[in-house]
Amino acid sequence: MRVGDCSVLFVDDEIDFLETLLKRMRKRQVEVFGVESGEKALVFLERTSVDVVVLDVKMPGMDGIQTLREIKARYPMIEVIMLTGHASMEAAIEGMELGAFDYLMKPMHIDELLYKLEDACKRKEIQETKIALMNEKAPAPDER
Amino acid sequence: MSGSPEDRHTKKRMGLYHVETAGDGRSTLKKRVFSVVVLSIAAMIAVSALILYHFYHSYRDKTYAHLNILVEKHRRDIDSFLKENLGAIRFIAKIFTFDELRDASFLENCLMNLQSHFNNVFVDLGVINARGVQIAYAGPFRLGKALYTEAPWFKKAIQSEYFISDVFMGLRGLPHFIIAVRENHNGHAWILRATIDFVAFNNLVESIQVGETGLAYIVNRGGSLQTKTRADVMKEGEILTILGEMEKGRYGQTYITTISGRGGNKYLYVAALLKDGQWLLIYRQKISDAFREYNHALRVAIAIILLGGVCVVAMGILLTSRVTRQMEKGEREREAMSAQIVESGKLAAVGELAAGIAHEINNPVAIMVEEAGWIEDLLEEEEFRESKSLKEFHRALEQIRTQGRRCKEITHKLLSFARKTDSRIHNVKLNQIIEEVVSVTAQRAKYAKVAIEKNLQEDLPCLRLSSTEMQQVILNLINNAIDAMEPDGGRIMITTRSDQNALVVEVEDNGPGIPEANLARIFEPFFTTKAVGKGTGLGLSICYGIIKKIGGDIEVESHVGKGTTFRIKIPLPVARGSATLSATSDQTSDSDRMNRGV
Repeated sequence: MRVGDCSVLFVDDEIDFLETLLKRMRKRQVEVFGVESGEKALVFLERTSVDVVVLDVKMPGMDGIQTLREIKARYPMIEVIMLTGHASMEAAIEGMELGAFDYLMKPMHIDELLYKLEDACKRKEIQETKIALMNEKAPAPDER
Repeated sequence: MSGSPEDRHTKKRMGLYHVETAGDGRSTLKKRVFSVVVLSIAAMIAVSALILYHFYHSYRDKTYAHLNILVEKHRRDIDSFLKENLGAIRFIAKIFTFDELRDASFLENCLMNLQSHFNNVFVDLGVINARGVQIAYAGPFRLGKALYTEAPWFKKAIQSEYFISDVFMGLRGLPHFIIAVRENHNGHAWILRATIDFVAFNNLVESIQVGETGLAYIVNRGGSLQTKTRADVMKEGEILTILGEMEKGRYGQTYITTISGRGGNKYLYVAALLKDGQWLLIYRQKISDAFREYNHALRVAIAIILLGGVCVVAMGILLTSRVTRQMEKGEREREAMSAQIVESGKLAAVGELAAGIAHEINNPVAIMVEEAGWIEDLLEEEEFRESKSLKEFHRALEQIRTQGRRCKEITHKLLSFARKTDSRIHNVKLNQIIEEVVSVTAQRAKYAKVAIEKNLQEDLPCLRLSSTEMQQVILNLINNAIDAMEPDGGRIMITTRSDQNALVVEVEDNGPGIPEANLARIFEPFFTTKAVGKGTGLGLSICYGIIKKIGGDIEVESHVGKGTTFRIKIPLPVARGSATLSATSDQTSDSDRMNRGV
């Protein structure tokens, strides 16, 4: 799966950063959406399904870790990449423990981000394939 | 990069402040020692006073009782002496007739018999008729036919059955007293008179002698002396006072009083009534003599108090000076330490500030870099491809990206200085960390012509700290050493050893050394001697912060031209099982992996 086939949601309270990033992503043919808070991200995810969420750790209101927790609870299949505006390794590592796919430190190179997104998408695809295979081999009881 | 004038001023003020507190401490100590000295002396005096007071009272009671008994005994002796002699004379007057006694030779015989039975107490005997004429006399004086009509004793004697006179000179011109017994012969009164040997009587009284000044004498109610004595006789007024006091009590009781005599001497007087209250036996002793033992005890006590006081004061002074010396020493050490504390406090404050700045700077920088990236993206489009300045655009954007990265590095270093990096604590092996860091820096060292040697003590116990932080510390020290020795190269020696309850790491180089002026400031944040853009001046302050946080110590020793040694002391975890200490780093990395959820 290429990045271009992926849909990505960016969550960051820095609107300027978010918008520029979205523009650059769109220029690279990635299907992207952007919201400026954790709460809005959850609302957005109710309507639209995405493959990957890129989460800023430090946000007013619901912070990255809380949002990550919620996303993982509601949509376990969505891969999350943490974006730290500071070198808070603890937060990044906590994120990893909570099931985030990886983390990146701002400011990051656009290519770096693209690689990470690609990896995340691949992982999601693999996971989905696995689950599909498992379901084929051992169908759910209610399907019998 | 030497200390600014303000800096030096502050330090000077700080120094002054410490000197002042040292002085305060010394004066409070002196006050404290003074109060201890005063208190102990006061306690000593109080105890001594109490003991002396009780001793004085019991001693006085004992002395009084003793004197009472003494005087009472002598009073009885004298009284019985008088009664005995009176009895003898009365007996003679009763059993012999007037006619028998008026015979001089018979009287002489009587006197001789009396003298032999009563130890020569009787001097003479006389028979006196009612008119006062001595009609018979036996004795050493020629007093035959003496006329006593007008003698005061005769006037009293003729009126009572018997009579004992006061001491008087009489016809013979010698002090004496007489015993007179009245009898009747054919309706006429006659008197048998005996003279008592004054010396014999006197001896009775003079035998009361206690100590050096204790003596006794007898006075009559008029205050005239009845015995011979060396002492000044009491004044009449005083005698009357004593008599008055004594008559309030029972007869026969002794009375004790103290009266100031001449020359400021105080005297103790013990009085007892004699001879049916006509005479007063007075015992007199100087207070100082009577209470000699007490006074001796008092002197000893005072001597002990003085000696003890001197000892206490001497100990106080000795102690004060010793403690003061120790305090001064401690003060100096504390000064050095507080300078360090101020330094680390400053570092902590700067750390907080740095963290704040880093957060604030990082986001704008991220936006700038992102915008530059966007411009770069746009330049890819056709319309700009032909632009002459395309190359220049790319260069400028590349520069923005490079500088953005530099900003990121700085903010990240600032943040790690504020200890926001992975500070989770594990059991770590110090030697392993050093090996890792050395292998990381090996490539760089090779280019800088620096040889890294290791002298690591085997079997060092595990430490409980954040391995990331420890790596950072070692890495910073090695990088600094390499930087210092570029481009000529040199040698870095890394040593580990255990020292009592701590592990010691030494990173030693043979580089150019650090000038003394810089030595005091190298742990200050943003202090750097590297060229602008080459160093942030945070490396060593990060090391300092990390080592201080785990309770360790970092020191630097440097000689210009010879090299620099950084010495880190890390305390070993206290009172933990050896199992924890010897936990292998394999377990550590296992737990790491688990923590990362891999």
